[in-house]
Amino acid sequence: MVVISDILVQLGQMTLVLLLAPLLTGVVRKMKARLLRRKGPSILQPYRDLLRLLRKEVVLAENASWLFRVTPYITFAAIWVAAALVPTFATGLEFNWSADLIAIVALLGSARFFLALAGMDVGTSFGGIGSSREVMIAALAEPAMLLMVFCVALIAGSTQLSTVATFMASSEVGLRVSLGMAMIALIMVALAENARIPIDNPATHLELTMVHEAMILEYSGRHLAMIEFGAFLKLQLYVSLIICVFFPWQITTEGAGPLSYLVSVAAYILKLVIASFLLAVFETATAKVRVFRVPEFLGAALMLGLLGTLLRFVSRGF
Amino acid sequence: MPALIDLIRAGRRVERHSPWPRVSVDSGTWRSAAGALADGSLSLLGLWGEPSRVHMALLDNSTSNIGVISLDCRDRRYASVAARHRPALRPERTIHDLFGLVAIETPDSRPWLDHGRWQMLAPLGERLDAAPDAAPYPFLSAEGDSLHQIPVGPVHAGIIEPGHFRFTASGETVVRLEQRLGYTHKGVEGLMAGSTVEQAARLAGRVSGDSTVAYGLAFAQAVEAAQQIAVPPRAVLLRALMAELERLANHLGDIGAICNDASFALMHAHCGVLREQVLRAADTAFGHRLMRDIVVPGGLARDIAGDGPTAIRAALEQIRRHFPSLVELYDNTASLQDRTVGTGIVTVALARQFAAGGYVGRASGRTYDARRSPGYHPYDGLRFDVPVLSDGDVNARVWIRIREVEQSLSLAGQILDALEAGPIKVPLQIAPEPCEGIALVEGFRGDILAWLRLSDGRIERCHLRDPSWFQWPLLEAAIEGNIVADFPLCNKSFNCSYSGHDL
Repeated sequence: MVVISDILVQLGQMTLVLLLAPLLTGVVRKMKARLLRRKGPSILQPYRDLLRLLRKEVVLAENASWLFRVTPYITFAAIWVAAALVPTFATGLEFNWSADLIAIVALLGSARFFLALAGMDVGTSFGGIGSSREVMIAALAEPAMLLMVFCVALIAGSTQLSTVATFMASSEVGLRVSLGMAMIALIMVALAENARIPIDNPATHLELTMVHEAMILEYSGRHLAMIEFGAFLKLQLYVSLIICVFFPWQITTEGAGPLSYLVSVAAYILKLVIASFLLAVFETATAKVRVFRVPEFLGAALMLGLLGTLLRFVSRGF
Repeated sequence: MPALIDLIRAGRRVERHSPWPRVSVDSGTWRSAAGALADGSLSLLGLWGEPSRVHMALLDNSTSNIGVISLDCRDRRYASVAARHRPALRPERTIHDLFGLVAIETPDSRPWLDHGRWQMLAPLGERLDAAPDAAPYPFLSAEGDSLHQIPVGPVHAGIIEPGHFRFTASGETVVRLEQRLGYTHKGVEGLMAGSTVEQAARLAGRVSGDSTVAYGLAFAQAVEAAQQIAVPPRAVLLRALMAELERLANHLGDIGAICNDASFALMHAHCGVLREQVLRAADTAFGHRLMRDIVVPGGLARDIAGDGPTAIRAALEQIRRHFPSLVELYDNTASLQDRTVGTGIVTVALARQFAAGGYVGRASGRTYDARRSPGYHPYDGLRFDVPVLSDGDVNARVWIRIREVEQSLSLAGQILDALEAGPIKVPLQIAPEPCEGIALVEGFRGDILAWLRLSDGRIERCHLRDPSWFQWPLLEAAIEGNIVADFPLCNKSFNCSYSGHDL
């Protein structure tokens, strides 16, 4: 019985992230538009975009290999699996026992690896530029992410997200300096990983400044839809990760009644709205950094993660 | 080296060319003019052709005199100016494409505007049949370890004009940028030849849509100079009013667009609102948002609407109120300053060599403004400053625009105050005998040169030189050593015209 309910919760979460992901992007876009005194497209626009792309035919470069064609599905699958590992409204996910935070980092890393390969596959200069920039950013973001993971794991005593969330939701954590550092590190990594300002501009039309967009410039039709959907999911994943590790209030822990599930779903959605508002404000208030400033930005994230981890060794109090 | 006055004395003065003299010179004087350009005592204002003649408009840097020297090309050849003075290179290549005149000892004999799709050679000259399949355009090479090329355009990802940029980069650093323009060639000069003055005025207003007032004004002033017509004072003031509104709208749009290219959309949104207010006021006052076809030779096609001055004053007041906080936002956003300061530097020497006009020149220490020198009505009776900086980076070009917005606000206010009732047009009766006129007008990008010859009441030859001719090459220099990802920012800070250049 418990197994069945666990599986139901797991499936419910997987469906929820899948359904909400385009909406989150839509809400962020809408909020950014309102901040710029524009009306902006409907928050449902990402769904329509996906539908439109799915209906369109795929235009493939003549020299595109099988890799170019399978990459959209690989990246989408990897990101969705990673997203399924992050507790959104309930801990005790069935999948959690098979993979932890480090596995999430690895899954996202392999998704990006394939995307970078696909960017270079067709041999256009923009794909190459995009891939090289993306890999540079990834090489800096992943260590920062891992250090953040270590820091959190040292505090919570596990890298397993359900356990972490349960621990963080309990009252014994309190305010900790190292957690604050880890949170800032994670937010910085999230901005970089999701191609947001100040690292990349998701709305740019300037092919020379693109990072993520340059890499996928050759994609069209259903392939592009999968990649876009993957990008929506990734944003959802990172926001959920930040929420579940640092703001797990009202998350349903094991053995709670059905009502508490409803409350925690509502709380989760509220948290998503707040996060997208903060993201929109931040993106409106900053310009993009030069490509060569990215190492400084992510270096800061790395140092914060490292500092947070080291502080734990200095004193248990941090 | 000879001053301009000596060159003018050395030649044979051409009758009925005004307001500045045009002389026919021999090839020796032509060469010494090229030498004077190279040593910096003269600046090149324009270089254009006719079927068997080349003309060069020159500015004396010490006395600010302007003159035109012309060389008859026997056997369709003339001594290359570009061999000694590089800014003349693209005009010379254009003269070759359009008229088939060959520059001897030219450092670059590749075509420029002619992309091999006209089905003829020298369309304004001998009109020879072209070979059916044109040779591919050879780009300049750059050699070295791990250099790679990035071709960009002519079709871009955004809605902008077409132009091809060939980057040679070492990683992210640009080693060389080579532009290839000419994709928007419309054959304006060919269309002008033989058309009536009214038709030609409409064509001039369509050379570059964002400077339609400045082009209309340059063309009209050239016709009026050739015909020795004095325009009524009210028309002169209203022309300047439109020119300042055009400058305001474009500068406001540019300031926002530059910030937008650094992904700072907030400035773009707010500047867009202010620009829109200027355009709407222009629509109320003159019946057209961009005020096209209102400046005509002899005066204006229509007077300002009755509620026009009120609408314009209201728009100016809005800008005065909101613009300072935007300037503050620009200045105080560290992430934005980090992008613009020190990016895409044009040296003072280079700006001077290329006689770059507008914000490109003034951000690099060149104080030239056609409204001041040679100057034209009504600016001699108005108070305004010409802002100059010497940093030459993107930030300096933004600041020049900011200062010019302030100056234009003041100028537009002064003009509205000085406006008095009166006629807005004098009838234009073109005398049949040939005459020539030249005018230099300050558009928002810089000085626009218009030169024309009238005969039998029609345009025989008209040349319009966009300021971008001497700004595009500087962009190639400015981007060198910068990173590829900063190119859009540099390009936007130049905001050169494709259409005006490709003509």
